[in-house]
Amino acid sequence: MATETRTTQGAPPPGGVSFSLSDPTFRAIVYQILVVGAVVLVGWFLISNTLDNLARRSIATGYHFLEREAAFGIGESLIDYSPKDTYGRAFLVGVLNTLKVSIIGVILATIIGTIIGVARLSSNWLIAKLASTYVEIIRNIPPLLQLFFWYALVSDGLPPVRQALNPIPGVFLSQRGLRVPVPAPDPVWTNMGIALLVGIVAAWGVSRWARARQARTGQPFPAGWAGLGLIVGLPILTWLAGGAPLAMDVPKLAGFNFTGGASISPEFFAILTGLTLYTAAFIAEVVRSGIKAVNWGQTEAARALGLPGSPTLRLVILPQALRVIVPPLTSQYLNLTKNSSLALAIGYPDLVSIANTTLNQTGQAIEGVTMIMGTYLVISLSISIFMNWYNKRIALVER
Amino acid sequence: MTDNVQSVGLPDERPPANTVGPIAWLRKNLFNSWYNAILTILVLGLLASAIPPFMNWLLFRAHGFDATSTVCRQDAGGACWGFISEKLRFIMFGMFPWEQQWRPLVTIAVFIALLVASCDRRFWKPWFGLVWAAGLALVAVLMWGGVFGLTYVENTLWGGLPLTIILSVIGLAVAFPVSILLALGRRSNMPAVKVLCVTYIELIRGVPLISLLFMASVMLPLFLPNGVSIDKLLRAQIAFIMFAAAYMAEAIRGGLQAIPKGQYEAADGLGLGYWQKMRKIILPQALAVAIPPLVNTFISFFKDTSLVIIIGLYDLLGTAKAALSDPSWRGFYREAYLFIGVIYWIFCFSMSKYSQKLERDLNRGHRR
Repeated sequence: MATETRTTQGAPPPGGVSFSLSDPTFRAIVYQILVVGAVVLVGWFLISNTLDNLARRSIATGYHFLEREAAFGIGESLIDYSPKDTYGRAFLVGVLNTLKVSIIGVILATIIGTIIGVARLSSNWLIAKLASTYVEIIRNIPPLLQLFFWYALVSDGLPPVRQALNPIPGVFLSQRGLRVPVPAPDPVWTNMGIALLVGIVAAWGVSRWARARQARTGQPFPAGWAGLGLIVGLPILTWLAGGAPLAMDVPKLAGFNFTGGASISPEFFAILTGLTLYTAAFIAEVVRSGIKAVNWGQTEAARALGLPGSPTLRLVILPQALRVIVPPLTSQYLNLTKNSSLALAIGYPDLVSIANTTLNQTGQAIEGVTMIMGTYLVISLSISIFMNWYNKRIALVER
Repeated sequence: MTDNVQSVGLPDERPPANTVGPIAWLRKNLFNSWYNAILTILVLGLLASAIPPFMNWLLFRAHGFDATSTVCRQDAGGACWGFISEKLRFIMFGMFPWEQQWRPLVTIAVFIALLVASCDRRFWKPWFGLVWAAGLALVAVLMWGGVFGLTYVENTLWGGLPLTIILSVIGLAVAFPVSILLALGRRSNMPAVKVLCVTYIELIRGVPLISLLFMASVMLPLFLPNGVSIDKLLRAQIAFIMFAAAYMAEAIRGGLQAIPKGQYEAADGLGLGYWQKMRKIILPQALAVAIPPLVNTFISFFKDTSLVIIIGLYDLLGTAKAALSDPSWRGFYREAYLFIGVIYWIFCFSMSKYSQKLERDLNRGHRR
């Protein structure tokens, strides 16, 4: 405790604690006991009220309801789910849906945000103005309003299923969302996935080997191109070896809806578009300030050392810009994940909306809210632990 | 001796023709390289294909403020501003009694006047707090009524823009002192206090606002003793205060961290106690540094008030959505969302411009 540095005035006899309020160490202890006592007291008051209320309304506490049958349907799910499954499985479906929209949203928002952030710094007046108009409009309108707009655009603005728009053969746009053809099931697709993983691992190995060799001998090796070749080439080779299947599963109109193909629901489209465009505006600002934070002198110094354009960007500018960009970028990723809870308002079955249905059906309010908060805390903490690790890796090592 | 020195200046020569004027501007800003030229042409093409249809919809083919929904539906090529004139008072004031709607209107005016006046740094004096208190009292009288011959209006009838502003302004006003205590607690030397504050701040910042609103709407009634109940508006307000306090505490902590250690030591050297040191030396400087991030918190907070629609309150977004559920006006969502989008935008954009100006003004003294 730093208060000890101040005990010189009114110092207690060495070896003993003076029980006087004029002794800062003793005073600090008293304050803390008071604060903790007050918190415990308020907590006890709330808990005893809650237990009293629960007993009065005869609501059982605990998580046993998770094993009961959910008896409500869920529009879209990444795993098998039917109303006969348990509340626990329904909640899992919600968590997976939240993760799905967050992960795709983070990737898209990073790409769009980076493009717009760089565009704001463009020497082209028109591009720079357009990008900053985008940022200023999107940032200053509530995300929920944007979600409602995108949702209404699809569910109200598009024709019903029978008059679905057909912009490209096989692709249908209607109130029920977007239907696209997907390749027909074939074992080759699984093998291609494995080949892609092998390619990524091999590319990583090659880049390590190339870096070690360059450090040892000074010989550069085009690791980027070799890695790209491995990542793209291996799956293509697998596809050719598997007989190059081309059959597609094309959606067809049958009765009141389409069969076949893959679909993107209006809810998913709305939440993904809304979150991506909203977060991209903030990421654009992060990227812009990161790039501006790198002094122009760094570019000049790199040129003076004889580095050409692309290595200057890759080896000098980007590592320094990333150092400024990463911390605020992390909080934007966290914001996107937390904002995905707005899905509730437009009916996308994310974890909040499923927990909400659950707590309405079972009356388990405390458990429902705790599960929402707990899941988000776990997601938030994982993202920030990962980003802190990454940030430490790229942080400036001062000597 | 002066032969070689020209004493009368020659008239200034005109700059080369290709470095000034509109053509040079175009060359420098739009066509300075081949890829910029391509981009410029692409963007111009895009704008040319997007702006005319939009302007047609917005103005040239739009139906005026007197149009009825039947007229609008027959020719759907343009906006239907009749929707706005028909629903304006509902969107702005919610279900507030029709004849009494001048009261929320005055409320909005009072808030805007207070906010605009607060932007002027000459008013950053203790007495201005009294002006705010008087303003808030006036707002309470106007909205609730029940005195001075005003009829009593239950707060379940409040809605629209006044509700949005009340939630955000009251939320911030109450959260501000709490957030100062939280920020000080987080930087405290007392481990128990520090752990409590860090836990609170990180817990709130780690969960979405919706979960707090849920907590306030379904769990708060369980927390209270039997027989005590609080209404929906107050519950939402409590959730907002809890939420805002955590975020503002982080903004203030940034300010506290920016104060050099010498200031703390100097205050200690003068023999000031903890609270004197904070009140007279540290906080005045730290809060000045923290004002721009605080304004940014205010902006995101103002946007977040739209979430109360989820627990069934009718703020500006809620009333617009309710207006759209009128069967005769269903489907005019573009007009409704554009209208309230512009209102939100004006508030948030002016605040963010003000925050940028403030940042420049406050940095002036620190610049070396």
